[in-house]
Amino acid sequence: MNDMAVALQPAAYKSDYKPIWCPGCGDYSVLSAFTKAFSMVGRKPEEIVVVSGIGCSSRLPAYLSSYGFHGVHGRALAAATGLKLARPDLTVVASGGDGDGYSIGGNHFLHACRRNVDLTYVVMDNHVYGMTKGQPSPTTEPDWQSKLSPTGTGLRVFHPLVVALAAGANFVARAFSGDPNGVADILAEAIRHPGFSFVEILSPCVTFRPEQRNWKQAVHPAPVGATDDPAKAARRILSDDGFNVGILYRGNRPVYRPPVGKAKKQPADLEKEFEV
Amino acid sequence: MNATKQAARKRVATKRPVPVRGAKPAAAAVRSMNDLMAYAYALEVEAAERYGEFADVMEEHNNRAVGELFRKLARIEHKHAEQILEEMGWTAPPPPPDGGYRWQGMEGPETADFTELHYLMQPYHALEIALHNEKRAFEFFSGLARRATTEKVKRAAKEMAAEEAEHVRLIEDWMKKVPLPEPQWDVDLDPPRYVD
Amino acid sequence: MTTTTSTPRTSVCIALCGSGGAGVMTAGNLLLEAAAQAGWYGLMVRSSGPQIRGGEAAALMRIATHPIDCMDDRFDAIVAVDWQNIHRFADEVPLDRSSLIVGDPEQGAPPEVFVKSGARAVELPMKKIAKGIPGSWPNMIALGFASQLLGIPADKVKAVVARSLKKGAEQLPASVAAIEAGRAAAAGEGAAFTLAAPPAARAKRWLITGNQAAGFGAIRGGVRFVAAYPITPATELLEYMAPALPQVGGVLVQAEDELASVNMIVGASYGGVPALTATAGPGLALMTEALGLAVAAEVPIVVVDVMRGGPSTGIPAKSEQSDVSIALWGLHGDAPRLVIAPNSIADCLTATQWAVHLAEALQAPAIVLSDQFFGQARAVTDRPADSGLVGERLTAPAGSEGYKRYAVTDSGVSPMAIPGTPGLAYTADGLEHSERGIPSSGAADHRVQLAKRERKLVAHDYGAQWADVEGEGGIAVVTFGSCTGAAREAIARARADGVNARLVSMRLLAPARPKLLAAALDGVDRVLVVEQNHGGQFLRYLRAEFELPRTVRSFRHPGPLPIRPEEVHRQILALEEESPR
Repeated sequence: MNDMAVALQPAAYKSDYKPIWCPGCGDYSVLSAFTKAFSMVGRKPEEIVVVSGIGCSSRLPAYLSSYGFHGVHGRALAAATGLKLARPDLTVVASGGDGDGYSIGGNHFLHACRRNVDLTYVVMDNHVYGMTKGQPSPTTEPDWQSKLSPTGTGLRVFHPLVVALAAGANFVARAFSGDPNGVADILAEAIRHPGFSFVEILSPCVTFRPEQRNWKQAVHPAPVGATDDPAKAARRILSDDGFNVGILYRGNRPVYRPPVGKAKKQPADLEKEFEV
Repeated sequence: MNATKQAARKRVATKRPVPVRGAKPAAAAVRSMNDLMAYAYALEVEAAERYGEFADVMEEHNNRAVGELFRKLARIEHKHAEQILEEMGWTAPPPPPDGGYRWQGMEGPETADFTELHYLMQPYHALEIALHNEKRAFEFFSGLARRATTEKVKRAAKEMAAEEAEHVRLIEDWMKKVPLPEPQWDVDLDPPRYVD
Repeated sequence: MTTTTSTPRTSVCIALCGSGGAGVMTAGNLLLEAAAQAGWYGLMVRSSGPQIRGGEAAALMRIATHPIDCMDDRFDAIVAVDWQNIHRFADEVPLDRSSLIVGDPEQGAPPEVFVKSGARAVELPMKKIAKGIPGSWPNMIALGFASQLLGIPADKVKAVVARSLKKGAEQLPASVAAIEAGRAAAAGEGAAFTLAAPPAARAKRWLITGNQAAGFGAIRGGVRFVAAYPITPATELLEYMAPALPQVGGVLVQAEDELASVNMIVGASYGGVPALTATAGPGLALMTEALGLAVAAEVPIVVVDVMRGGPSTGIPAKSEQSDVSIALWGLHGDAPRLVIAPNSIADCLTATQWAVHLAEALQAPAIVLSDQFFGQARAVTDRPADSGLVGERLTAPAGSEGYKRYAVTDSGVSPMAIPGTPGLAYTADGLEHSERGIPSSGAADHRVQLAKRERKLVAHDYGAQWADVEGEGGIAVVTFGSCTGAAREAIARARADGVNARLVSMRLLAPARPKLLAAALDGVDRVLVVEQNHGGQFLRYLRAEFELPRTVRSFRHPGPLPIRPEEVHRQILALEEESPR
């Protein structure tokens, strides 16, 4: 095997820094899937940047051998957008959890979908804030009780996939962490698909939501393939059981690229408009 | 499912995965000896890598005993992989088929599931996981043998199945030498920590 | 003629007022451009009511024979196309017995608040005259009147009007006739307000707003990525950048909020592209968390804060220097950052360029404290020389063995790996980290990294740009930003009175340079601290960070009224009366 092939094996995308996630956490599998997906896409580690916010899953970038950016809570998509627009040559993936992405970062989620910059957003959804010890997130069931919500939130569950569709995401998929190969396939497709690709990964929290171990029995492949009709995709997703995994929507909206002048001028060329 | 596996369910992870990918059994892709042995090799390597990751996880969480056990399992699986290379006279790993390896389940039949782990798990639990995997590997090769279209592949698959059956016995022997889990092995006197 | 003299004037202030739609801003801009064409310097500040369209508006102008950075204490004339709610500008347009009130009798009598100053009222029937010249507008009559009053040659005025009408050339004859009518009406006022001849030998001069200057300075410094969220009075900076940046290969993106804009520039800069955003106080408040990230992750960014009246929504379209404290102390944790305050409209360019250079060199966030006065004022100024300072980041070469992103170095600056560079991949982190960038809660890592981030800023040689230090004497006026123009004029007036005072206008507010200030204040025993805010934020900062002489006087008031030269002049004279202790 030559050097290039070695460099592009999944193992080459792992850093030597070990995760702090609880043993049993779904995020380990997602990490493994990231390495496989990068290997499938075939970009070198230094050509990839994984950007995250704050939370258990947001620790992911450091565990990869690609470049990483571990920023502030809820702003991964903003940082990733800036990076991708400034450096369109890089493959940029934003990742994080449901609290980071749908609560504190909710506004950026909407506008990242709208803007349709060519990046991939991966949310490891476990319906709970893990790093702050088990508070309800936007995807937590209304009757789930915790210290902060002793009687449950009573709030309607946020539906990221449908929201993403409505806001304009160009690729929408659901995956399950228990299937790292399947996640890797979807991630690789998401990265390759132009525009804003959104992948929601059901990733159990064994510490605060041990019952999520049962997701293994609940998940099943999406009965039909991806559509390019957002309305059809939204109807399907709204009426499914929340556990069908696969690529659900593949759009063809034009990718956002801000104007960059063709003729490159020097700063001194801009002085003219000020001259008396 | 036998009694040991049911005990494991209760103690650590609980349930076993069901197929998600909808892929047909790998038999369809296995037409030659080379195909079979490539699959066998990939299965062993994937299993070894996962045990290695498990060892890392356990060490990171200060569960040294289980970490060491997983490390040992990783070495064993690596050795199996190397044996395949040697038997086939391959100097380098075989290239994966187009589109990668396709397993019947979510991952390779000998690859352990991350959600099986618990930070306080004991060596016995680790061996339960290994036993489960070896049994799955046995079933995988037995299935291939049943569905093989050539006599040569059928024979080889049967041999591989027999080897996996031997591994099952070895793990079962190993389990006899390891103490059963303490009744309250998963009790933590402290609550989880705040991190970020 | 009453008390005015006929000696040609070195500076004249005039306000053009009227309701929205009357075109006083256009007239003001044309007057400024004509004066510039004729060789004078000048300044125009826009003031208006809160209405987006309609409402009252005023172009506050000062034309002078020399570069100026502030309005004068009083106005020589107010020319109102109409008087609707113009009394609201009374504080901003102080008149006296020597001033003129020029109004259209058809629009009623001038407001009492102006009349009581004793200024002489002049009737100029702009509407009536304009009616007599089909296709003309009253604001052109006002422009003609004002230009004649100041002695700005008619051909220059006509030339700038012709240029402004590029696509409506058929309107030109009517406009020219209106200007001539206005000039004829002012002819009777004599030479009381006539400007002295402009300097004969002239360097290249620019017409530019502070917001444009800051934007262009950023481009000169190397900024090629801007994330923009609109906010008064910073929006024009971003609007300048939107078409300018692509011409030099840069990119501007509108963000969904300030949290996004600041995180976008952090992301872009992490990718190796010098990046900037501009905002005002409320936006800066939202950005403080990410500024802390830029400190911890050592990502250079520049945030221009065009200060306005605060707190909260405050007085959005008026100037105030009240973000000093948030800029200097507003971040959580021990978070060393650069704070740079331009002290003239031209310096908005030079200081922002410097800020980009420093941020890049020191891998730290820089806050540029501009303000509404600078940002939205348009000035005729000498072309700011290009300092040549460009952002240059210390980067790590590919394949550096055992690369450590946050390596502890003598300077505190560590080579930064730019994504795409093989062999150096690391994760930039807002979590405290080891030299390698691995999250760490260890005491030693925290201490070492805090000290490194402080050292790189404190140990840097900032050169003479840290402040403008001018003059001699035992009294020093210590100030910053847009108060500098008034302080400089006040010191000149004191000198004419025989009182010497120094000016120390600090450009580099953070990191504080106590030794440099001590040297600048050598021999000074009395200090006057001048700032435009209510609480004395700059004074508190000076008290906290520097050794000051025993006698320290604070002169301050909040916006929207500017600090005027005469106010500072009186303070200097009062301080001179006090015997040093």
